[in-house]
Amino acid sequence: MKSYQARQRATQGLIHIILIICSITMLVPFLWMLLTAFKTLTEATSVNPFVILPSSWSFDNFISVWKNYNFLYLYKNTILMIFWRVVCAVLTATLAGYAFGRLHFPGKNFLFSLILIQMMVPSQIFIIPQYVMVTSLGWTNSIAGLVFPGVVTAFGTFLLKQGYQGLPKDLEEAAAIDGCNIPQRFLWIMAPLTRSAMVSLGIFTAVFAYKDLMWPMIVCPQVESTTLSAALAKMQGQYSSNYPELMAAALMACIPMIVLYLIFQKQFIEGIATSGSKL
Amino acid sequence: MTRKIKKKMSRAEKNEAMWGLIFVAPTMIGLIVLNFYPILYTIYQSFCKTGDFGRGNTFIGLTNYQSVLTSSEFWGSLLNTLKYAIIEVPFGIGIGLVLAVLLNRKIAFRGGYRTIFFLPMVAAPAAVAMVWKFLYNQQFGLLNNLFGLDVAWISDPSTAWISIGIIGVWSIVGYNMILFLSGLQEIPHDYYEAAEIDGASGIRQFFSITVPLLSPTTFFILQTRIIGALQIFDLIYMVMDNTNQALSSVQSVVYIFYKYTFTNGDRGYGATIVVCMLVIIMALTFLLQKSEKKWVFYG
Repeated sequence: MKSYQARQRATQGLIHIILIICSITMLVPFLWMLLTAFKTLTEATSVNPFVILPSSWSFDNFISVWKNYNFLYLYKNTILMIFWRVVCAVLTATLAGYAFGRLHFPGKNFLFSLILIQMMVPSQIFIIPQYVMVTSLGWTNSIAGLVFPGVVTAFGTFLLKQGYQGLPKDLEEAAAIDGCNIPQRFLWIMAPLTRSAMVSLGIFTAVFAYKDLMWPMIVCPQVESTTLSAALAKMQGQYSSNYPELMAAALMACIPMIVLYLIFQKQFIEGIATSGSKL
Repeated sequence: MTRKIKKKMSRAEKNEAMWGLIFVAPTMIGLIVLNFYPILYTIYQSFCKTGDFGRGNTFIGLTNYQSVLTSSEFWGSLLNTLKYAIIEVPFGIGIGLVLAVLLNRKIAFRGGYRTIFFLPMVAAPAAVAMVWKFLYNQQFGLLNNLFGLDVAWISDPSTAWISIGIIGVWSIVGYNMILFLSGLQEIPHDYYEAAEIDGASGIRQFFSITVPLLSPTTFFILQTRIIGALQIFDLIYMVMDNTNQALSSVQSVVYIFYKYTFTNGDRGYGATIVVCMLVIIMALTFLLQKSEKKWVFYG
């Protein structure tokens, strides 16, 4: 019995060692980003591997990047893009998901097959015409242009449809007998029950929009009108070797999402994992 | 009487049909404008030549296809994309599975590990690529300094694709792990207890119980990751400067699509590249679906 326990403990120890090594690998890039952001250029480019910590924790790099690239605008643009995309995606997908999951109407199967086809097609095929449309609407360098391809979501419709299908029938029937019409039933009874699917879709949409690089680069080439991701790409072109400033910018771009993730971990992991098929 | 009921039913049905169509209308109109019309437009565009400054389309038939399919750059980029996928998909899935199995038990700090491994999923790839580019720097990057190496991680054509692949694996491992964890939780615990009584070792249990019962999850991850890997763009765009001599051995299909369409302004040529990619991805999806029955075990 004792040897069994000892073996058990040794296994646990070994597992922890593996997990700790992996954790360090995952964290080092973030840690290096943080440390470099506080260093001077000479410290950051020192070849001595023992120069790990910056000699003084000064915010000079952050201040300089903030001023040169007007991060206030970048944050504002990114937040507005995420906000409108989440609102539009959740709203349209909830409506369509309810109809596909609970109602009978002509052409339902055909329309749903269009949803499935859209999910299978790589999204790059939409980009040229979407860009042409945004240009002809005069929406380049605007929030509307950033939001444009994300106002509806085939994937979200699919996700919400599954949510509605899983709900018991009795609830809605009881409400129908009580004289609720379809919009009332949807609004007061069914929609509140799919809140967790809506949260998942919202988080997925937000993270996806936040990470996207190509679309903001195309429609918002001006620095003042673009998002954090696309601005990082621009900065890299300009400051190519001023690593401390680049890392300060990268850190400022990452921090808000990481903080949100650490607060709402459970929802983030569920949201991205249950809806991950398009990431 | 019966007629009256029937009429009433059909009125309810009509009402339901009306609301159904109203509810799907925003999504369907949006999908047609934003996705289905664009598919057709892109295909049409691929038969056209774009004039200077991206203006004007002249129909030129299959000429774009001829030049794309005979260009070594396109085939090279396809090969590069496959090379990236060959690193990201198996290693990302393998390591993700191992981590999930290790975490699928009572172990101290379990939630903490999970949080850490999933962290790259919420970081912008642009930022992630920037740090890795710095870590890979030949002169003062952390990797070379720490291990006393002098490797040209991203500027040597023979190593650059591996370096990009490593970033890809690092970014995706946590996501695969989470999906595996939820798959593992669906395997009944009794199976392992029975195997334990029969004297099966941990490794034997892993291959005889975990692997087959997890195959639906594995298939889902495999399929989404292959297709995701074939669309790699951000990492390559951010890590490889256009003056990097290793660029031609790393640039992916989507990278050259972006380059031709938006940097060079040749939309016809870009559309052709992306249509070719669509065909490849559709064929792969079809093959994967066909293979599903052969090795996926639905208990």
